[in-house]
Amino acid sequence: MSTVSETTHGSAVAMSAPPSPDGGLSAAELAQKYGLAVSGARPGLAEYARQLWDRRHFIIAFSRAKLTAQYSQAKLGQVWQVATPLLNATVYFLIFGLLMGQSKGMGIKTYIPFLVTGIFVFTFTQSSAMSGVRAISGNLGLVRALHFPRAALPISFALQQLQQLLYSMVVLFLFLLGFGHTPQASWLLIVPVLVLQFVFNTGLAMILARAGSKTPDLAQLLPFILRTWMYASGVMYNLVEALKKQHAPGWLIDVLSANPAAVFINLMRSSLISGHAAHKHIDLPPHVWALAVGWALLIGAGGFVFFWKAEEQYGRG
Amino acid sequence: MAEQNGAAKAPMSTSLVPTVIADDVHIVYRVYGGNTGRGSATAALNRLVRRKPNAGVREVHAVKGVSFTAYRGEAIGLIGSNGSGKSTLLKAIAGLLPTERGKVYTDGQPSLLGVNAAMMNDLTGEKNVMLGGLAMGMSREQIRERYQEIVDFSGINEKGDFITLPMRTYSSGMAARLRFSIAAAKDHDVLMIDEALATGDRSFQKRSEARVRELRKGAGTVFLVSHNNRSIRDTCDRVLWLEHGQLLMDGPTEEVVRAYEKETAR
Repeated sequence: MSTVSETTHGSAVAMSAPPSPDGGLSAAELAQKYGLAVSGARPGLAEYARQLWDRRHFIIAFSRAKLTAQYSQAKLGQVWQVATPLLNATVYFLIFGLLMGQSKGMGIKTYIPFLVTGIFVFTFTQSSAMSGVRAISGNLGLVRALHFPRAALPISFALQQLQQLLYSMVVLFLFLLGFGHTPQASWLLIVPVLVLQFVFNTGLAMILARAGSKTPDLAQLLPFILRTWMYASGVMYNLVEALKKQHAPGWLIDVLSANPAAVFINLMRSSLISGHAAHKHIDLPPHVWALAVGWALLIGAGGFVFFWKAEEQYGRG
Repeated sequence: MAEQNGAAKAPMSTSLVPTVIADDVHIVYRVYGGNTGRGSATAALNRLVRRKPNAGVREVHAVKGVSFTAYRGEAIGLIGSNGSGKSTLLKAIAGLLPTERGKVYTDGQPSLLGVNAAMMNDLTGEKNVMLGGLAMGMSREQIRERYQEIVDFSGINEKGDFITLPMRTYSSGMAARLRFSIAAAKDHDVLMIDEALATGDRSFQKRSEARVRELRKGAGTVFLVSHNNRSIRDTCDRVLWLEHGQLLMDGPTEEVVRAYEKETAR
């Protein structure tokens, strides 16, 4: 052991030739002796979740910063947070309400909140998916520069969309009050609905983030898939009625009304919109809450594991 | 016991605790779209139809069997001509590139600071300091404590209140300086700097060299890629010379740099 100090008398020699105690060890043994780990290895699932929890302040700050930066180049600035969903609703009202006469069945008093709820709730999932698919591929600079659990990015983008949705909800409440729907106890149900939908969206964003980092082409394809999903979820019309009118088979009606977007939209509608017309036109599938919880858990947990499995590959190439 | 002995006699090479071990590292890039065929849509369709997905993939063997051990408190320079594999080797050490063969062992998580490490361009410098710190795992209190230090170090505010402007309005030198300042604010076990110092002006380079020395004193290991032999001589005590992806020389700075200069002067 005393030979160590003798061989380290000149720093130059010491540095190019390690001293004797570690001399006979192979690289792997040496690494083990000093507790070095293989660089870029993927941590275990529990450890990964813990790392992610440590970065919770980053996730929150990043989503807020992105939200405010979104309209920083526009002259009206943050007004667009509210104006965008409002204009969106107006366009769909012009087409589906006035031109195509979807509102005839339930009357304008019910149809407008019906439509606006559908659009806002679907937009929440839609924009989480769209930002999820670019979460890794659009932030390669950040991914390559700093080390953090990569799941922080898709989660942060989903959180940004949740905050965006809260602005939209303000607009929605104005619509509801304006069309004579008074606040009632069932309005409180939107909280669990939003929580479940947020978990679902986060999982979806993580799945798409991994897929989008491998296949960037997905970002081009996704808008078309999402638009198909929107029409298949009854955002602008009563899905079940429309399908029955087309004599669609029963199993198709069951499948489409159990799809997560339709489940979350109809849960939100039934909690917010009151009145006889609404009850007639909002069709909840059986066990709707179980379905909502199931979708959230399946996609939320599944998406997290799916994303974690490729953790060491993000930002490479 | 051996470690304590070493530390007592040779304070500079503190007890020789290894922080990075590269064991016969090979790195192969797979480049898509590097084929000679036409890049048109019909050509792409043709490839898809004929089911030849690998038509455009070319392999580049960038690092060929590099082995070395870096110790605590060392500053190691990487030299070699353009395309000799220096940056690629650093990326592998940082765990950002997979090794084809061989392994890299590191103590903690190495941080790589490169020239093209973009941050969030649509956000202000202020937000970037906050978010960069949080992403590196600093607490909010730590960042608040060091915020002024980071801004002063970067010298962003020397020419007016630039820190509250979005980063896209910065010149490339200013952005590089802010990035370095953020990354250097944390005490890293292993910090790798890929020509990031070259972008700053002379006074900033001096400040960052001082910071690199500080990081080394805090028992860290610093890697520095540079084509500026003077900055290598100023900061590093050991140099690795890479050429064609192979380790040509590994030794004390003066010896290796002199050999390198002799080679490049020819």
